[in-house]
Amino acid sequence: MLHTLSLSQLSHGLSQKEFSSVELTRHYLERIKRYDSSLNCYITLCEEEALAQAAAADKILATGSGGPLTGIPMAHKDLFCTKGIKTSCGSKILDNFISPYNATVVQRTLDAGMVLLGKTNLDEFAMGSSNENSYYGPVKNPWDLTRVPGGSSGGSAAAVAARLTPCATGTDTGGSVRQPAALCGITGLKPSYGRISRYGMVAYASSLDQAGPMTVSALDAALLLQVLAGHDSKDSTSLSRPVPSYSEKLTKNLSDLTIGIPEEYFTQDLDPAVGKVLQEAMSALERLGARMKSVRLPNTALGIPAYYVIAPAEASSNLSRYDGVRYGYRCNAPKNLLDLYKRTRGEGFGEEVKRRILVGTYALSSGYYDAYYIKAQKIRRLIREDFMNAFKEVDILLGPTSPTTAFKLGEKVEDPISMYLSDIYTINVNLAGLPALSIPAGSIEGLPVGMQLIGRDFDEMTLLSVGYQYQQITSWHQQQPTLFCE
Amino acid sequence: MNTTPQKTNSPIEWEAVIGLEVHVQLKTQSKLFSGAPIAYGALPNTQACAIDLGLPGVLPVLNEACVAMAIRLGLSIEGHIAPYSIFARKNYFYPDLPKGYQISQYEHPVVSKGHLNVVFEDGSVKRIGITRAHLEEDAGKSLHEDFSHITALDFNRAGTPLLEIVSEPDLRSAKEAVAYLKTLHALVTHLGICDGNMQEGSFRCDANVSVRPKGQSQFGTRTETKNVNSFRFVEKAISYEIERQIHVLESGGAVIQETRLYDADKNETRSMRSKEEANDYRYFPDPDLLPLVIAPELVESVKKNMPELPWEKQARFQSAYGLSAYDASVLTSQKPLSDYYEETLQRAPEDPKLAANWIMGDLSAFLNKENISIEKSPVTPPQLALLLQRITDGTLSGKLAKTLFETLWEEGGDVDTLIEEKGLKQLTDDDAILKIIEKVLEESPQQLQEYRSGKERLLGYFVGQVMQKTQGKANPQQVNDLLKKMLHPH
Repeated sequence: MLHTLSLSQLSHGLSQKEFSSVELTRHYLERIKRYDSSLNCYITLCEEEALAQAAAADKILATGSGGPLTGIPMAHKDLFCTKGIKTSCGSKILDNFISPYNATVVQRTLDAGMVLLGKTNLDEFAMGSSNENSYYGPVKNPWDLTRVPGGSSGGSAAAVAARLTPCATGTDTGGSVRQPAALCGITGLKPSYGRISRYGMVAYASSLDQAGPMTVSALDAALLLQVLAGHDSKDSTSLSRPVPSYSEKLTKNLSDLTIGIPEEYFTQDLDPAVGKVLQEAMSALERLGARMKSVRLPNTALGIPAYYVIAPAEASSNLSRYDGVRYGYRCNAPKNLLDLYKRTRGEGFGEEVKRRILVGTYALSSGYYDAYYIKAQKIRRLIREDFMNAFKEVDILLGPTSPTTAFKLGEKVEDPISMYLSDIYTINVNLAGLPALSIPAGSIEGLPVGMQLIGRDFDEMTLLSVGYQYQQITSWHQQQPTLFCE
Repeated sequence: MNTTPQKTNSPIEWEAVIGLEVHVQLKTQSKLFSGAPIAYGALPNTQACAIDLGLPGVLPVLNEACVAMAIRLGLSIEGHIAPYSIFARKNYFYPDLPKGYQISQYEHPVVSKGHLNVVFEDGSVKRIGITRAHLEEDAGKSLHEDFSHITALDFNRAGTPLLEIVSEPDLRSAKEAVAYLKTLHALVTHLGICDGNMQEGSFRCDANVSVRPKGQSQFGTRTETKNVNSFRFVEKAISYEIERQIHVLESGGAVIQETRLYDADKNETRSMRSKEEANDYRYFPDPDLLPLVIAPELVESVKKNMPELPWEKQARFQSAYGLSAYDASVLTSQKPLSDYYEETLQRAPEDPKLAANWIMGDLSAFLNKENISIEKSPVTPPQLALLLQRITDGTLSGKLAKTLFETLWEEGGDVDTLIEEKGLKQLTDDDAILKIIEKVLEESPQQLQEYRSGKERLLGYFVGQVMQKTQGKANPQQVNDLLKKMLHPH
């Protein structure tokens, strides 16, 4: 049962030669072949490459010189460029795109000796909260195949939940790591903006996008974050702050910790059953010595409208490069330049992507720019100030990750606003650039519930240590969907 | 709109209002936001990396060398160097624009509020305001020629650093515009931030032109004329545009705000697109780049390493070398020209005026004739310096020096060796010349007779005869003196 082992257990087993990386990789490849047809987590499986990487890792492990994650398989969201391997972004427009270079995140996992099993499914260009916007079809929630896994990193979340990979990367622009982590019952971290390089991570909304680890536990998240985090000279927005040794400091005493409970996160918008689960989680944290304190984040409700101006505005510009000229999909027999642009983009992009390009183009247009874009930026500052004020009184904030558990496939497809509202608790964290962790905290009718912990700038450490210690006294993170236990 | 402008005798006196936007290509090793090299004329698409091609996932990283160059310009025009400026995206679709946007600066440029003192031909000086200078990346090139039914794309130029320098609408004639442009050209080449090569597009100009009745303070509707890439064309294009606008207004029409393209072959401007058709560029701050923060220390360090500015150099040329204002301004109009002059002077410091005359005269004529830039001159400063020294020390006559210069230009070689080989040495020995004079007088008894009887202008005839016998190698003055001495012994 290699797939039930945590990253640290796998690391131990590999270094003690209890199993080889090739054996481990084969095990996961077999699981993927067995189960993924029902889940649709993977867009591309890299069997040959994975086995070659595993064999190389075994050689390194044989000399005793590997790192903590050498030889451990993993998966990348198909938004990260992988040299020689298709990078589709879940879009028809990049269905034929093979990157000539590795994203920094990908290079770092390869340098750490990790094995790339494949590229996971996602909402097209990371735009979505249900993984239903993928050109490659929706991902199913391993806890209930009629439900969504969340999005946009739905493939990574479902793959980790079903143990079709020990860990994966995701990207989070408005909740795309945390919300699917919550809906699939896994641990997902959105680090502070600038903590992980964005180079080679295909841009959706550049000022909000941040990569993050998606794992079974907080400890595993700490181990993977260690590999991913750090300054990159290729990304001007990545910070050169030192990276702490995350996994070594997880046991930091919580008796001095004050946890803020934002009033605005516990209103009628929240499913009362989810609220109840969180009350129990708070009690558990109090048993660990933490104090709860009510706080206000008065501008919370402005987050979604501000986000849906800023993110589409940036996206409308970021996605201009997909024009059928240099790479990617090109429409058949264009009559002229305008026809090339119109049909390539009209046929190559999905509905949600086109909707956001239109919204963003409008928001940046002359005459509307001040009313939309500038105003949204002002709101963004207010939202960050809310958090800064709260952090004067408390060390971290606690709330729900998502207002509900996983909803049904197709339930919100026709209603974009209701879909957007499922990110109500996660979006403001991106607008403020803060780190946040979603960890499994309970279950409602067999569906996982996520708890979100929000930290100060670059204080991933506190979030991970609270998550770790919570997971020492609870077992929600160890629950596995029965369909995929074998 | 394609009427031929005609001069009319109008009752209204018109005044042109001109502002120039100059794109200066910065002389750097690599691009503005990538490490790819910049080499003009390289094979297509060999100078473009993943970032220049706008591949998915790539990010720009600012080339700091370009910032230092912008500061240099800012200091030289006494402008405001923004401690905090912003890179913005200018969004539009075009096949040679890989990302679908150009990274430029919009609301917060790196340099603003500078000025340039421009000296016009008549010696008058006018202070021309410079609104702003901002950093931006160039696009690639669409190639339509040499291909049928397709457009080929060369992305070598994509991402090349440009400094766009925008003047105030302070210029009032095509001649003023050209004078401003030449001053700016001399400045950026002296600053070492641009190679100034207009043929290769390193220094490009767009002209905003409007006309108004003289005395009116309000501006007329302006047009922007693009693609004017030589001093001569700038003058022609602006003159054409002024006349065209006056003609439109005097025929009772209205000037349309539009972008026009200058066609050098036909010497006319043509409408490219009107204001209504203009792109909405949807500028917004580029989220991939941090605000450009310039610390005072950086400005100070650039200030300490400022090269001599052309007008400073011009003043020095006048005071140190005794050159006229005109000569000094010509020699400092281009950095390579002033470098050539000073390199020559270093080796032949005796007669700065002579060096100036040779460089502005013979050398320039040869360079122009064969359309060669001075850096590539076949006659090098050391060669010219030696030639000048041989004039100063009397070895060469002016006439023989010209012959030698031609040989140097055509064949190259060592000045002294050539003088020997070709027998170009000036005859300066008194005795040798006297012998020839005696011979000439012997052969011309008739003329001698006439001279002695008062026909003194025949002295010139004798000098000519001597020069002929020496194949021009004697010094005419010396011959003159010796002749007089012989004909009029005390």
